[in-house]
Amino acid sequence: MGRKLLLDKAHIENIRFYDVYRREGGYRSVEKALKTMAPDVVTDEVKKSGLRGRGGAGFPTGMKWSFLAKPEGVPRYLVVNADESEPGTFKDRYLMEFIPHLLIEGMIVSSFALGSKRSYIYIRGEYAWIVDILEQAIAEAKNNGWLGKNILGSGFDCEIYVQRGAGAYICGEETALLESLEGKRGNPRIKPPFPAIKGLWDCPTVVNNVETIAAVVPIINEGGEEYAKIGTGKSTGTKLISACGNIKKQGVYEIDMTISVEEFIYSDEYCGGIANGKRLKACIPGGSSVPILPANLLLKTAKGEKRMMTYESLADGGFATGSMMGSGGFIVLDETQCVVRHTYTLARFYRHESCGQCSPCREGTGWMEKILLNIEKGKGKMSDIDLLWDIQRKIEGNTICPLGDAAAWPVAAAIRHFRDEFEWHITNPDDAVRRNYGLMHYADILTVVAS
Amino acid sequence: MIKFSEKSLQEVQRIISFYPEGKQKSAVIPVLHLAQQEFGGWLDVPVMDYVASLLSITPIEVYEVATFYSMYNLKPVGKYLFEVCQTGPCMLNGSDDIIKYIDDKLGIKPGETTNDGMFTLKTVECLGACGYAPMMQLGKKYREHLTKAKIDQIVEECGRSAVTNN
Repeated sequence: MGRKLLLDKAHIENIRFYDVYRREGGYRSVEKALKTMAPDVVTDEVKKSGLRGRGGAGFPTGMKWSFLAKPEGVPRYLVVNADESEPGTFKDRYLMEFIPHLLIEGMIVSSFALGSKRSYIYIRGEYAWIVDILEQAIAEAKNNGWLGKNILGSGFDCEIYVQRGAGAYICGEETALLESLEGKRGNPRIKPPFPAIKGLWDCPTVVNNVETIAAVVPIINEGGEEYAKIGTGKSTGTKLISACGNIKKQGVYEIDMTISVEEFIYSDEYCGGIANGKRLKACIPGGSSVPILPANLLLKTAKGEKRMMTYESLADGGFATGSMMGSGGFIVLDETQCVVRHTYTLARFYRHESCGQCSPCREGTGWMEKILLNIEKGKGKMSDIDLLWDIQRKIEGNTICPLGDAAAWPVAAAIRHFRDEFEWHITNPDDAVRRNYGLMHYADILTVVAS
Repeated sequence: MIKFSEKSLQEVQRIISFYPEGKQKSAVIPVLHLAQQEFGGWLDVPVMDYVASLLSITPIEVYEVATFYSMYNLKPVGKYLFEVCQTGPCMLNGSDDIIKYIDDKLGIKPGETTNDGMFTLKTVECLGACGYAPMMQLGKKYREHLTKAKIDQIVEECGRSAVTNN
């Protein structure tokens, strides 16, 4: 049984409400930080913990905090990114729905460390009912003296506000999120300047994911060094994984980054194996934008080592034979699923979500969607596969924000690992509309040499 | 004359208070949600102009936001809007069948509204409920683990609540 730090109490009845949360030890980290620590010491603890951003990029949180500019007389802001929209990802929703005070507690401590007197939660517009849950938690925290003026007599003032988005995946990108929070279209900004220098209303700003900020609570309670002892290598602490697709037990799991991918999929403690007695075909381990891996490369790395649920191991082999931890959106495809169709739905998603600022992304995503649909419907040409490859390569790295990369990678990985399935659709158009390609050789453990 | 109810006007003031002085433009997204809810489920141009005047910003600043975000309806929609997710993880769990079933049952394709103005079917991209697929958004809530029987039940529920509300 792995260690749980975020969700260990999430099952307690009424933990959503302040009284129960407080009785279970909630808000201790605020007492500890505000009464016994200086803001920089809080940042140092986060640095020592090795915590990496849980939104997808995995950037060290303490380092991000230390970049925050602190000019005299200019307000600084903490913005929590709750714009959870990466297909396969629904972990922040779970955390906010069931244990909202954990986020509020983490925000108070983080706001203290950063000197943010006005902190925001930017939540995707569709999570409308969670806004009510968060606002209630904020009101309860305020009524009990954890927010407002001179919190615990420390001289630190802080308010937290919730802003709803209105349906735009791009607003999960931090500069697009800031634009949206300023009441504009979610068009990402050109960086630099980074938000740490020029963020919300041109003031220094830190944008962190919900899970990242929640993790600050156990880091302060137990100390950064203790937190860093959990996990493996540079994957410290615990990570929330939202598992979905064709598995027996879909849901949100907290893992301590010491287990293997195989254990995560097949053990009853986690996904419980593939649904309906079918076999594993492929998996996207970290949200729709990270590379899809066939079963053989998912369970073992190209070197033949067991693949672990850690940042390093999931990325082992680079994009040639590896993938990424990403947001922790774990999408499993069983043997009856069609990789071409699945890739098409993702391409459609990225076309829909492209903000339209950069032509490679605006034009490229739509083009890829059309070609993929053609292939899926048995109307593709062999040259389409190379064309797709060419388009994705021309999007990657050529856009203001990472949405372009996010749209390119799934297509590239699908072609890289499932080229025969694309070819089959083209050479067998009649079969392609009637049935799926199936499993073929993907479940065999192959020795693949990294290119 | 378009005007928010007293209650909504108070809510507008509460939202504006979230932001530093002079930054009331930030309120445009939540206020548009409020406007859509209060003025018939969609944003007509006069409604957007009204929001602009409330926030002391130009109408174009509201239009450019309203046309960017997918939750704003720029055309009238039915009383009940079925927003069915069709992205990867929902597709793996049979969202195509659910969309087809709604189409067959209500006789509307994605983007269409029933003649009686009751139902609109809209396909949407990932709503962050991948572990509870297939799913749809109906008003403020998610309806998850959809089956054909559940769709029947939801349609019936909507019919009943429409009668009660009239």
